[in-house]
Amino acid sequence: MGRYVIRRLLQMIPVFFGTTLLIFLMVNVMGDPIAGLCGDRQCDPATAAQLRTEFGLDKPVWQQYLTYMGNVFTGDFGTAFNGQKVTELMATAFPITIRLTLIAIVFEVVIGITLGVVTGLRRGRPVDTGVLILTLVVISVPTFVTGLLLQLLLGVEWGIIKPSVSPQAPVDELIVPGLVLASVSLAYVTRLTRTSIAENARADYVRTAVAKGLPRRRVVVRHLLRNSLIPVVTFIGTDVGALMGGAIVTERIFNIHGVGYQLYQGILRQNTQTVVGFVTVLVLVFLAANLIVDLLYAVLDPRIRYA
Amino acid sequence: MLLEVRDLHVEFHTRDGVAKAVNGVNYSVAEGETLAVLGESGSGKSVTAQAIMGILDMPPGRISGGQVLFKDRDLLTLKNEERRKIRGQEMAMIFQDALSSLNPVLSVGQQLGEMFVVHRGMSRKDAKTRSIELMDRVRIPAAKERVGNFPHQFSGGMRQRIMIAMAMALEPSLIIADEPTTALDVTVQAQVMELLAELQRELDMGLILITHDLGVVADVADKIAVMYAGRIVETSPVHDIYRAPAHPYTKGLLRSIPRLDQKGQDLYAIKGLPPNLLHIPPGCAFHPRCPMAQAVCRTDVPPLYTVDENRRSACHFWKETLDAR
Amino acid sequence: MPEQQPWDDASGSGAISGAGAGGAMDLAMDEGTTLEKTPGGPEGTGPAGKPRSLWSDAWRDLRRNPVFIISGLVILFLVIISIWPQLITDLDPLDCDLAKAQEGSQPGHPFGFDGQGCDVYTRTVYGARTSVTVGVCSTLGVSLLGGVLGGLAGFFGGTWDAILSRVTDVFFGIPVVLGGLVFLSVVTSSTVWPVIGFIVLLGWPQIARIARGSVITAKQNDYVQAARALGASNGRMMLRHIAPNAVAPVIVVATIALGTYISLEATLSYLGVGLKPPTVSWGIDISAASQYVRNAPHMLLWPAGALAVTVLAFIMLGDAVRDALDPKLR
Repeated sequence: MGRYVIRRLLQMIPVFFGTTLLIFLMVNVMGDPIAGLCGDRQCDPATAAQLRTEFGLDKPVWQQYLTYMGNVFTGDFGTAFNGQKVTELMATAFPITIRLTLIAIVFEVVIGITLGVVTGLRRGRPVDTGVLILTLVVISVPTFVTGLLLQLLLGVEWGIIKPSVSPQAPVDELIVPGLVLASVSLAYVTRLTRTSIAENARADYVRTAVAKGLPRRRVVVRHLLRNSLIPVVTFIGTDVGALMGGAIVTERIFNIHGVGYQLYQGILRQNTQTVVGFVTVLVLVFLAANLIVDLLYAVLDPRIRYA
Repeated sequence: MLLEVRDLHVEFHTRDGVAKAVNGVNYSVAEGETLAVLGESGSGKSVTAQAIMGILDMPPGRISGGQVLFKDRDLLTLKNEERRKIRGQEMAMIFQDALSSLNPVLSVGQQLGEMFVVHRGMSRKDAKTRSIELMDRVRIPAAKERVGNFPHQFSGGMRQRIMIAMAMALEPSLIIADEPTTALDVTVQAQVMELLAELQRELDMGLILITHDLGVVADVADKIAVMYAGRIVETSPVHDIYRAPAHPYTKGLLRSIPRLDQKGQDLYAIKGLPPNLLHIPPGCAFHPRCPMAQAVCRTDVPPLYTVDENRRSACHFWKETLDAR
Repeated sequence: MPEQQPWDDASGSGAISGAGAGGAMDLAMDEGTTLEKTPGGPEGTGPAGKPRSLWSDAWRDLRRNPVFIISGLVILFLVIISIWPQLITDLDPLDCDLAKAQEGSQPGHPFGFDGQGCDVYTRTVYGARTSVTVGVCSTLGVSLLGGVLGGLAGFFGGTWDAILSRVTDVFFGIPVVLGGLVFLSVVTSSTVWPVIGFIVLLGWPQIARIARGSVITAKQNDYVQAARALGASNGRMMLRHIAPNAVAPVIVVATIALGTYISLEATLSYLGVGLKPPTVSWGIDISAASQYVRNAPHMLLWPAGALAVTVLAFIMLGDAVRDALDPKLR
């Protein structure tokens, strides 16, 4: 088990550096890092040159990357466009987005798995077909359309929720945005659970459990569900990163001041430090989520634990 | 009689039509008796067993007729909950492939103990003690240490012993063993079979042994039922059938056993393939493969003729078959 | 399975997932796409009739599948109006009259007018061209790049395979909308090509994984081993024996991906980094309409509806093809 964890950790190192380097290159090669630094005007050439030297932008990109990474590991993520430290922005933005993501994951787990189990056990029946079509529709309608429509209906027409979330983003205001963020993944979780349940329901060990005279409930929960959830857990784990990335859209629709909002501002103002800093942390979160999935995988499946 | 199957019919509804898997099977097992059910795959022997246990997949399966009398009650008329209580407590089943038949993510102790927890309402701690006893009883070494292990950590033979222990847990009066040794190495087969026979004697259980291996049968079975295309084609006490089969199919099966005392001869094989259950041949289902087939075999379904007090054969020419040794 | 191989991980959502854009692989894989033929039916039924090939068998299934027929017709219609939008509208999508801004439905203008006073119906019709172009070009690019790289990695294995698998890990580590924002925010071109380029850049690893997996499966087939033993050259084996068998899963995933790419383009355009006016795009129109949604919801609903139906059609088509090619579900 210990060696398994260490191996997974080692495999993550190249992925971490590759991903951050890729983003770093994209930002530096494509954009002008100092473009946003002189307010809305163009910087005059002298100031620009001075800024370039100050930020080490006259050096080759790989050197800049190494310097940046060196700073990151000492906790220095640089300065945002408004003079705030990027770490300060993170301190306000990440809690909000993490809250939003957690709400989305709760929706995925509770609704997605429940629907998946219900339909998986009733394959081919009207409930199954209905839910299956519904999941396809949810997957097909882009999140931003779902979000805008829900905002229009619940927020504007019926006045059930506030169309725009307040800056503190309390949990109750994040429920509908969380559902929007979760919607597509929720549909995937439903389909994945359904397939997994339907496949495992024909497995020999389920037949054994029935032959043992176990009540149906126990057969489903203890024997069928436990095995069927292994791929679902993997999906949800890898989905954490995607959810936090996807929060850009949701946060924009509901005007939530989380990671997506800060990233969006950073990109609009071409602030390299903010963008690379936030993306680096997001990649770390993504990798951490993957590691947790691997461990959960080993907990759920003894064949891996003792391999 | 412990178990009596009467005129059982099972069909499967598939995309291509209705497959008639069991077509009027009759057999019975008494306490302490071993019935071996023989036949190729697709002969309906496993489906019959699943119908008795009540673990048939329905749909696509459907029991379209007959009775399963167990201790004089017709199981097919019982409610689901009543049948569930019979499973595991009064009749149990041992499956062919223990690796896939045991739950991969639960320890063997959990899977054994579950029987006591669910059916006897025992505490988990007591159930664990009983699980260790059971593992000792089926002669798994170091049972106490291994009770927390998972199925994939055991060898094939040990896994099959665990399946047996699970079936024996509540001392049922009937055990159905569906090809219990087929997936095992030859050397292990004999040990597992011996263990099964020994436990059966001890607990005076009825045993239905489903197999396609005539070699296994000779040592343990009291009587034999041979199935073909969802029907019983011959029933007989075990010794008579080896001496003089009364059905050409049984004869073919016996001749296809490799024998050490007949060196240098070609191994016999029944020609042709088992019938497609969607289109069972008219008349005697075996006639396209039968060396003795006559015109009547193509048109008339043979009834179970009485050969003697204990023997039946579904062949129009059972006498000729008996004589033509 | 001793270790969760990143390549074979059916639910490796990674980059192309979430955010309403992507996840084609998840959708394609959630039924466990094993496209090899499994012989025989239930116990003892035996083979009924003469054996048919995977494709003719699938086609026989598809012709009778209403989902396939409906989604196929929708897609056919979309392709036709993308090529000849004049068939169903006489107006110019850029011919706008500010005086009519936000007005509702009226004769000759069934969907009303948008914030700039342009005819919503005409813009919706012309939007199909953009979406179909982005979808088709991206899918072609992704399939070509991913198919070739993944196929070669699967065929030759070894070092290249290991390198490619790490590289795809890197790409899967970048959330796709985020990557789009970074990559496209500096692009000033208003054509569709930067968006297509970006989708190909981030989309190919997904197809590469599928192609690699199916090539490895195909490689293990007995007849391929036999061909190798008989001394067939690598090129011949790849073209004659492996490619035809490995291509089915790629087609299924690519079809579903096409729908998700259209959705992704709209999402990026909504965020203001995808396509830019004067290109006519559903994403741009939805984004513009979202400001007026209180007063004139029709501006949002028509392009959003068209977008949803288009994406749905491609996903359902892919779904139907997958079901037809997967004998396990029969």
